[in-house]
Amino acid sequence: MNATAILAATGAVAAIAAVLGGVLGWVATRLRSDPDALVERIDALLPQTQCAQCRYPGCRPYAEAIAKGEADIDRCPPGGETTVHALAALLDREPRPVDPQYGITRAPRVALIDEDRCIGCALCLPACPVDAIVGAPRLMHTVIAAHCTGCDLCLAPCPVDCISMVAPADGQPGRAAA
Amino acid sequence: MKLRGLRLDSHKSRPLERPIRVVPPPATLVLALDQGSGEDALPVVRPGDSVRTGSVVAAASGAAAALHSPVSGTVREIAVRPTPRGASRCIVIENDGRDDPVAPAAPVDWRAMEGTALIEHVAAAGTAGLGGAAFPSATKLALARAADAELLLLNGAECEPWICCDAALMRERAADVVLGAQVMLAASGAQRCLIAIEDDKPEAIAAIQSAARAATDERIEVRVLPAVFPLGAEGPLVAAVTGREVPHDGWPPQVGVVCQNVGTAAAVARLVQDGRPVTTRIVTVTGSGVKQPANVEACIGTPVGELVAACGGYTAEGARRIAGGSLTGRSLAGDDVPVTKGVNCILLATDADLPARAAEMPCIRCGDCATVCPAGLLPQQLHVAARSDDSAALARFGLSACIECGCCDYVCPSAIPLTVRFRAARERQHLADLERRRAREAKARYERHQRRLAEQAEAEREAFDDARRRARGPDSGGR
Repeated sequence: MNATAILAATGAVAAIAAVLGGVLGWVATRLRSDPDALVERIDALLPQTQCAQCRYPGCRPYAEAIAKGEADIDRCPPGGETTVHALAALLDREPRPVDPQYGITRAPRVALIDEDRCIGCALCLPACPVDAIVGAPRLMHTVIAAHCTGCDLCLAPCPVDCISMVAPADGQPGRAAA
Repeated sequence: MKLRGLRLDSHKSRPLERPIRVVPPPATLVLALDQGSGEDALPVVRPGDSVRTGSVVAAASGAAAALHSPVSGTVREIAVRPTPRGASRCIVIENDGRDDPVAPAAPVDWRAMEGTALIEHVAAAGTAGLGGAAFPSATKLALARAADAELLLLNGAECEPWICCDAALMRERAADVVLGAQVMLAASGAQRCLIAIEDDKPEAIAAIQSAARAATDERIEVRVLPAVFPLGAEGPLVAAVTGREVPHDGWPPQVGVVCQNVGTAAAVARLVQDGRPVTTRIVTVTGSGVKQPANVEACIGTPVGELVAACGGYTAEGARRIAGGSLTGRSLAGDDVPVTKGVNCILLATDADLPARAAEMPCIRCGDCATVCPAGLLPQQLHVAARSDDSAALARFGLSACIECGCCDYVCPSAIPLTVRFRAARERQHLADLERRRAREAKARYERHQRRLAEQAEAEREAFDDARRRARGPDSGGR
């Protein structure tokens, strides 16, 4: 065995390792899965009621928590079984029932303001996550039923309890159909 | 050109033994906001308003044409009522019997008008596809104008068994059809017009040919087609006449054709003759369940029961009420369902006319449905996909290209109600699409809301800082 042969072999192996390592490093940076893309895909499966029943302040934050692995997929009562199945398929997990501690799945509803009792306090306006309530201080408010996602978030701030949740009217588009 | 479809017994001769009868306007009319196109017109009257003959009661919106009152009277209510397509909001009008027109009859000087102005006239008159789809004719004409379509194709094929209202119309009012063709040629900017008629209607063919000769307009020609179902559907008709295929998600103007029903042409002719909007249509009342089958001209909004009464009433045999023909028709809820612009036939079918469907058996994958499908689909594959509601597979096998003609049902040896399944799958997909659109909109509003709250908080903090700086006064300005 002479020293040159050993050196040549070592050199060749080192060169191959360097080249492959370089390629792998480049591929890893170039084709890294984008965490935002995953959040987008999860968010697209959520019902966008923005009801915060999942204990996150909206559908997007919940999607981020799922993507990071902080929250499980069973926290969305408005989406119900359909959403859990869709999320399970996307994330390759076992589907499971919605955890009742976050609420129960029920028929779609919309908020209705009793316009005679409304005092125009405007407290429900910032509470509505989708800006479905029209009103101004000391003027009567009303809900645009077609925009309302039925999240219940306007109920708590109302000082006179003039908001109730009702079944969507006949001919109302969207959620009424489900 | 290979014609896929079925050759069927036409059952058209009995109503054609009599001339078209006019049904007097009823005491109460029910004008459905959805006249058959699947979209609602926007009501412009309130309960208690008085209306006159020809006044607008609902404005055009999307795929819904404007709607006019056929009589004078009072609006009683606007409520959800059963319609030929299920249920829709309807304007209920009490007829005062005076027939007091909103404007005197005035002919339209269409020869002196620009095409676009003519299209506006056609839109204002509430003209909709009287072949059954009730799609606004003006929208089609405008699309044709924008696409420089060269051919106006008048559809008088009327391929479905039992229906013969277009045959009666062409036989008795051929001059109206030809005049309507001339007006629509001017409106659409097309260079020539073919009137397509199936070869089982010799009287209609002769009448239209002589009317076209009398009008001395060589742009208008009659094209005789074999009587094959569903050749009268828009896509198959364009393919049979021109050899061009309409994309399933596109419009005939993309292949240089604008397609209109002959009944629509006659309605346009009446519009230019006396300026009146579309408030009546011809309906075939037929089947063994009615004493004197006939074609009747009735006001839009007339209850189906009145049409049957005008044809001598029901026979002793029990009959199913169907709006449309035996293949694509839909069952009616009762005698008070109103006529819409999309209703071409009321079929009162006894068990002898339409034998009850055999019990459904499993699919044996014989492929007969794929052989007859005029859209070239594989109904057996769609059936599997629809059963498991697999939306990806439904899209892959072309559910959106299905024209719901019913040929696959007809030939299926296992008696599988395929078309019903496809229609249901489509409705489910439509609802899911609506839900997705709503979610997208809610998300956009939520993002705007979040942005606005952040901006407000930022502005308040700045205002607070400003106030604090001012309160400290100029002496502490250097800090």
